[in-house]
Amino acid sequence: MNATFYIASSVALVSTILAITRLNAVHSLLYMITSLLAGSLIFFVLGAPYIAALQTIVYAGAIMVLFIFVIMMLNQGPETAVQERAWLAPGAWIGPSLLTATLFFQVVLIVRGDGSWLPGTKVVEPKEVSIALFGPYILVIELASMLLLSGLIGAYHLGRREPDRSEEQRS
Amino acid sequence: MMAHIPMEHGLMLAAALFCVGFVGLLVRRNILYMLMCVEIMLNAAGMAFVVAGSRWEHADGQIMYLIILTMAAAEVAVALALVLRFYRQFQTLDADAANTMRG
Repeated sequence: MNATFYIASSVALVSTILAITRLNAVHSLLYMITSLLAGSLIFFVLGAPYIAALQTIVYAGAIMVLFIFVIMMLNQGPETAVQERAWLAPGAWIGPSLLTATLFFQVVLIVRGDGSWLPGTKVVEPKEVSIALFGPYILVIELASMLLLSGLIGAYHLGRREPDRSEEQRS
Repeated sequence: MMAHIPMEHGLMLAAALFCVGFVGLLVRRNILYMLMCVEIMLNAAGMAFVVAGSRWEHADGQIMYLIILTMAAAEVAVALALVLRFYRQFQTLDADAANTMRG
């Protein structure tokens, strides 16, 4: 059944277009998360369950949480309470909820059905990926670890506060 | 054997997502939105790899996606730290505020 793929693709496209056209950063983050979840379902349908899980955990989980933290750190002041109340209006969450409900409905169909909602794509198991990753691609693991370490050091260096500037202002 | 999803459709979806992200990168001037558009583009590129890997039933496409995922995680950490510095210096998120260099 190819319909799963096409419905998830439509959800991904629509939510991505909505994500880049919203004026409020949190609204577009909601649509962005929906788009990433739709991508995860597409990966699952395409026979890559390991990648689907990683997309949900790392992209929709960790990276989007980083974005939310930054938005939280930038939006300070007394007007945040008013904004908070405005964010709870139904217009803010009904669109992402509907799109995510579509995805959830598809997942329930896949889990409950006898696999007829999945196309006949051969599933590349996590075991195969891991064997390839720690066999011929072992250099990639080393490169990824170095990249993540340099990213960590870079983010720490850029994110620290300047100690000398506040002293200059005081004197 | 059930019908396969044609590889062209998966690649077309990846290309469409990439184009949406690219247009957003060109149109939006808020630096947070530009970062999100970069994330969309990276994700679309990874999706193309996974589609191709699923077509040839190999694990290589998924490993390429893993590399892109690692790169995106490192990139977003550094870029969000830059956004915080940017906001601290200019008190705005408009990318055009930093159109002059001190030098």
